[in-house]
Amino acid sequence: MFEYAFLIPLLPLIASFVQIFVGKRLPRKGDWVSISAILVSSVVSFGIFAQALKIFDPELLYRASYPWLDIGGRFTIEMGILIDNMTAVMLVVVSVVSALVHIYSVGYMHGDPRYSRFYAYLSIFSFSMYGLVLSDNLFAIYIFWELVGVSSYLLIGFWFEKKSAADACKKAFLTTRVGDVGMFIGIMIFFLTTGVFNYFDVFKAVADGQISGTLLTVAGIGIFFGAIGKSAQFPLHVWLPDAMEGPTPVSALIHAATMVAAGVYLVARVYPIFTPDAFLFIAYIGCITLFIAATIAIVQNDIKRVLAYSTISQLGYMMLGLGVGGFTAGMAHLTTHAAFKACLFLGSGSVIHAVHTQDIQEMGGLWKKMPVTFATFLIATLAISGVPLFSGFYSKDMILAKALEFGMVNSRHMILFVFAALTAGMTAFYMFRMVILTFFGKTRDEEKYHHAHESPLNMTVPLVILAVLSFKVFFTYNGWFDKLMHGPVFPKELKAHMLTLSEVPAPAPHGEAVVIGEGGHAAVAPAGEEGHMAPAPGHGEADVAAGHEAGAGHDREHIAHTAHSLAGKISLIVVAIGISLALVVYLFGMVNVQKVAAAVKPVYLFLFNKWYFDELYHHLLVRVILAVSRFLGWFDLYIVDGLVNLAGQLGVWVSALAGKFDDFVVDGTVNGLANSTIGSGGFLRRFQTGKLHHYIFALAGGLLVIIIVKVF
Amino acid sequence: MIEKVLIVSAVLFCSGLFTIITRKNAVAILMGVELILNSANINFIAFSKSASNILGGQIFAIFVIVLAAAEAAVALAIFIRFYSIAGTADVDFADRLKG
Repeated sequence: MFEYAFLIPLLPLIASFVQIFVGKRLPRKGDWVSISAILVSSVVSFGIFAQALKIFDPELLYRASYPWLDIGGRFTIEMGILIDNMTAVMLVVVSVVSALVHIYSVGYMHGDPRYSRFYAYLSIFSFSMYGLVLSDNLFAIYIFWELVGVSSYLLIGFWFEKKSAADACKKAFLTTRVGDVGMFIGIMIFFLTTGVFNYFDVFKAVADGQISGTLLTVAGIGIFFGAIGKSAQFPLHVWLPDAMEGPTPVSALIHAATMVAAGVYLVARVYPIFTPDAFLFIAYIGCITLFIAATIAIVQNDIKRVLAYSTISQLGYMMLGLGVGGFTAGMAHLTTHAAFKACLFLGSGSVIHAVHTQDIQEMGGLWKKMPVTFATFLIATLAISGVPLFSGFYSKDMILAKALEFGMVNSRHMILFVFAALTAGMTAFYMFRMVILTFFGKTRDEEKYHHAHESPLNMTVPLVILAVLSFKVFFTYNGWFDKLMHGPVFPKELKAHMLTLSEVPAPAPHGEAVVIGEGGHAAVAPAGEEGHMAPAPGHGEADVAAGHEAGAGHDREHIAHTAHSLAGKISLIVVAIGISLALVVYLFGMVNVQKVAAAVKPVYLFLFNKWYFDELYHHLLVRVILAVSRFLGWFDLYIVDGLVNLAGQLGVWVSALAGKFDDFVVDGTVNGLANSTIGSGGFLRRFQTGKLHHYIFALAGGLLVIIIVKVF
Repeated sequence: MIEKVLIVSAVLFCSGLFTIITRKNAVAILMGVELILNSANINFIAFSKSASNILGGQIFAIFVIVLAAAEAAVALAIFIRFYSIAGTADVDFADRLKG
């Protein structure tokens, strides 16, 4: 099955070309082309996933690559396919969400004038996302990284007649570009120091110490910057809420489930290259993001914006999970989040489709009108809030446990866990606030309520499927996820290499290295500093490495165990508080929301205006950039254009001079020659009188002269 | 002896040349040409007689006489044609080829 993997990105690509060129002329505007392409790709993806499950080997690895670009014989850039368990899971995530969104859009986009173009864009996106997941080197992933950015740009600005949509797509593209520059720098640092792009070659070079220390940290953070942009992490998170201007299925596909998760996937993919410092950076960025986004989500009234901020917050959780050494935790949350957040977005699309507004203050009591949407929405909300039995509980709990474990080993970073746990409660609160305002209570807008209706089958079926996938059992059955997504995978020849490295005295693995190096637990590991300096790739997973850690192994296991049970309890309590608070405030109306908001007006406004990030960026960056642009425009108009015009004017002058030279000197010479010929001819013709006597006279005279000269 | 003959031929030549230069009538000019040719004939014969017994000069003179006759025939034909076109035999009118 693995050898058919190349088909997965190829089919949507072909479909997109078909759509672009002949889509409009096909029956049903060609939506079946894209849908069948994505369905076949999904079948292949599921085949790969099924095979991975059948092999059930955490070390599963399939590689195939061929040379793509030969740069003057100096080096070759390869395009290749890399399949391990992480890829297989990602393929299924992308396939499920993408296929369901394709089907859902048949109903949602019905009657849109650019229907076929929408499907063309969806197909381009699917192609890029599959390519991103399957590619096996940094160069290729960068290409696909930009391609998903472009398709995101096209789809956000799909209704470009709306100024807000046109602005949003520009904002999204430019903001993510900022991160991509960092990613490019990171990739180039790796390439310049090691000369390779392939993940495993890079890992090997890092293990060999070809690149280390601060440079490695900087390169890792550089690559992480790409993830910051794409996954909407602080401080580049501002584009994602605005991206909700796109059609709702797009928000579900790109801005909830797949593309924004690409940053998380990237971090997980290059996991072994990060130094402890880089991991700490990732963890803190994730923590800041999840907290800020959750606080903003509490006060927003646009249903899609609430979901957007909740997405940012959940992505922050994933980054936090990866940053504190929870490889499995981060990837698990990515996977579960894809399902329930896609369900939430599609559910919100269904609601918007029914009531034609996005403001939750104008909804209410909708559960009677649209029971399927309500049920699925509620299930997904329970999942994202982290209620037991639902998938979010499994993954978020794992992240919290990792954060707590990290904090327990190193008390300085306990704050990571505190904020993550606090935010878990806030998540439950704002999600239930949204559900209650939308589906419960009395109707606040009778007219809209009156027109509301349940969505057609092709919109509700995807909702049901995604809601079913929000149950925990799909991810914990037989513990397959924990086992298969254990940590980064290496090829066999490289593994031996990694093992040799790990036998070197005190090669503190990544996860601990942060703890030891940063926290200064000298008693636990005296060689901590050394471990800090020589990070060994392949041991990012803290508890994998726990066994290797001499002396500290037992403690670590113990701490991990304590952390897990403690974190579970804490999160349950916090989530319970959050949900009951939401019920008390919004369902039973025991607290007057307006009064509370008025009482803490500055805070409310601060949150309502999204911490004034947009204004900050506007004043700090946009205006400066505009001023610089205006200056450059002026410079262009007057200095550069002036120089060009001057050069042009000089040319005109020189030409005029050359023209005069031509007229007078060159032409003068030619004319003078002709005139002198005419003149001399006119002079000589006078001697040709035609009179016989003159000739004879001259003849005789000449003869006489000759005779006189000869004789005398 | 030969000097006297040469003087006669020189007088003849000068008379011919004078005739050609001064006269305007084409026939008169042709006569001047005949005079010059005959002065040359006299010279041929005189030098031939005084230099050797071979009759080269005399034979040459006979050729010149034949040539002069042929020339007179051609020239007179031209003159008749000229006269019929220009209505006169004055060579001053035959200046179409002047520069």
